[in-house]
Amino acid sequence: MACIEARGLRKSFGTTIALDGIDLRIEEGRILGLVGPNGAGKTTALNAILGLIPYQGKLRVLGRDPWTERDCLMRDVCFIADVAVLPRWMRVSQALEFLAGVHPRFDRTKAEALLAKTTIERHRRVRELSKGMVAQLHLALVMAIDARLLVLDEPTLGLDILYRKQFYDSMLNDYFDRSRTIVVTTHQVEEIQNVLTDLVFIDRGRIVLNCSMEEIEARYAEVQVKPEQVAAARALQPINERQGLGRNILLFDGVDRRQLAVLGETRTPSISDLFVAVMGNHSSQGAAR
Amino acid sequence: MNTPSDNLPRVFDSPGIAPAMISATRPFYWSVRRELWENRFIYIAPLAAAAVFLVGFLISVIGLPGKVRGLSTLDLMHYREVIATPYDIMSGSMMLIGLLVSVFYCLDALYGERRDRSILFWKSLPVSDLTTVLAKASIPFVVVPLVTFAIGVATHFLMLLLSSAILLGGGMSAAALWKSISFFRMSLLLLYHLFTAHTLWPAPIYCWMLLVSAWARRAPFLWAVLPPVAIAGLEEIAFHTSHFAAMLGERFIGSASTTSSTGPGIFPTNPMTHITPVEYLASPGLWIGLLVSVAFLAAAVRLRHSREPL
Repeated sequence: MACIEARGLRKSFGTTIALDGIDLRIEEGRILGLVGPNGAGKTTALNAILGLIPYQGKLRVLGRDPWTERDCLMRDVCFIADVAVLPRWMRVSQALEFLAGVHPRFDRTKAEALLAKTTIERHRRVRELSKGMVAQLHLALVMAIDARLLVLDEPTLGLDILYRKQFYDSMLNDYFDRSRTIVVTTHQVEEIQNVLTDLVFIDRGRIVLNCSMEEIEARYAEVQVKPEQVAAARALQPINERQGLGRNILLFDGVDRRQLAVLGETRTPSISDLFVAVMGNHSSQGAAR
Repeated sequence: MNTPSDNLPRVFDSPGIAPAMISATRPFYWSVRRELWENRFIYIAPLAAAAVFLVGFLISVIGLPGKVRGLSTLDLMHYREVIATPYDIMSGSMMLIGLLVSVFYCLDALYGERRDRSILFWKSLPVSDLTTVLAKASIPFVVVPLVTFAIGVATHFLMLLLSSAILLGGGMSAAALWKSISFFRMSLLLLYHLFTAHTLWPAPIYCWMLLVSAWARRAPFLWAVLPPVAIAGLEEIAFHTSHFAAMLGERFIGSASTTSSTGPGIFPTNPMTHITPVEYLASPGLWIGLLVSVAFLAAAVRLRHSREPL
């Protein structure tokens, strides 16, 4: 069974189309990064998956309809909407008590153990904690829930680089066990590069790219071309070209690496470079239309 | 390959985390507790009012022996009038505080969580919108009357002890005092009056406020107050009548003439009050009000389901 299955998922706010017919299938045990520019529809897609907004089209999360069965679904799904949503008046101890009270899959001992690794004190209120500590607290609460799907929407927004790194390390080491599924959106794409198993680019409510990281390695290559070979390289129709350190860096889609090796040093592009290339082409096509 | 339904339970019920089955009432219980964590004014406001009141009473009670000496102890009715007034004022101010607490609570209950976006946290937990709204509604319907009652009765008891000590210290008997106040009857009347006149009777008003707090994008107080005022004004201008305003006033202050058959001027917790619960329960006004309340609450549940954070 797929963890998330969407077919023709649509959502509009007035005349603005936020999701324009999304088809997406996410298998269990994947870590999927949902990447797109501001206003691309990432949060709308996640909100639909979490049962926070109504939608058109077919959507099943763990076999359930999220809009009508949100409370049942939330036994198996957790999410961190963004770092600011923990109620500010709540004490750390109250958060632990409340979750233990209402959530059948919350393991208080595990949450306590995770919190023991931080400097967060039990009697503190959320409003007294720093932004980074609130994110640590929320992650500790969520990781102590034995859920099948974890959804993170910009979980590290506004955190410094130490906290961001810790956040993903902790998620990978203490939480991910290959039977769970994680869906994450973020603007800091470089940081999740090594975390992901799958990548989806979304722009103006449509999916622009949807493939696994292995596929990306096999399909995309970036070459630092020597000046004298630029013309030959351009003949192979790169999808993007940029300047770097006096070299032209060309990005190819589906061109044999052996063929490219002749032109210069080849490597797999970073997600951010791939994003710029794919999105740039997509938006110029969009403008041409 | 096994069918998914065969497979799933074994995969996800990993040992050690045998999912404790949570009964339907537990999320409700914890939702009510969380309201009390968040809104501590529900019990702090009446406690503070009672404390202030006790200080005032302490000062006034010093003159009690003099007052009692000037009275003919045979005239019990007159005796009570002199002695019991502070107890009635205490009950009355507790009712007023309870009303204010409920109003402030209801107007913010479903609005505050959207304003500070914490609704996204609450919605990430397996608690239904129905459970949440019912837990919030239980504050004005159960928690506030019970808190008001408990604090009112405790304060009355302290006042009686204080008065007795002063009277005994002045070499007088406190028996007439206890007899005229009749503590237990007064407490029961307070409880009856709190639930009949100040909880069930104005129920549509509380539910209207909960509904507005679930709906308003800003200024829930204005949205709750302006439409009724507009309707009353329209009626006044168009028909030169004020039935709507009168009806609202009667609901709000909880006049509820049907709760007891006592003449005007006698306080509801006066032991001479004759309560008429059968008449109260048989009055159509009560049941129409409760039906309207249920409709408002159902709408609030729907709105909590669909409204987004502000």
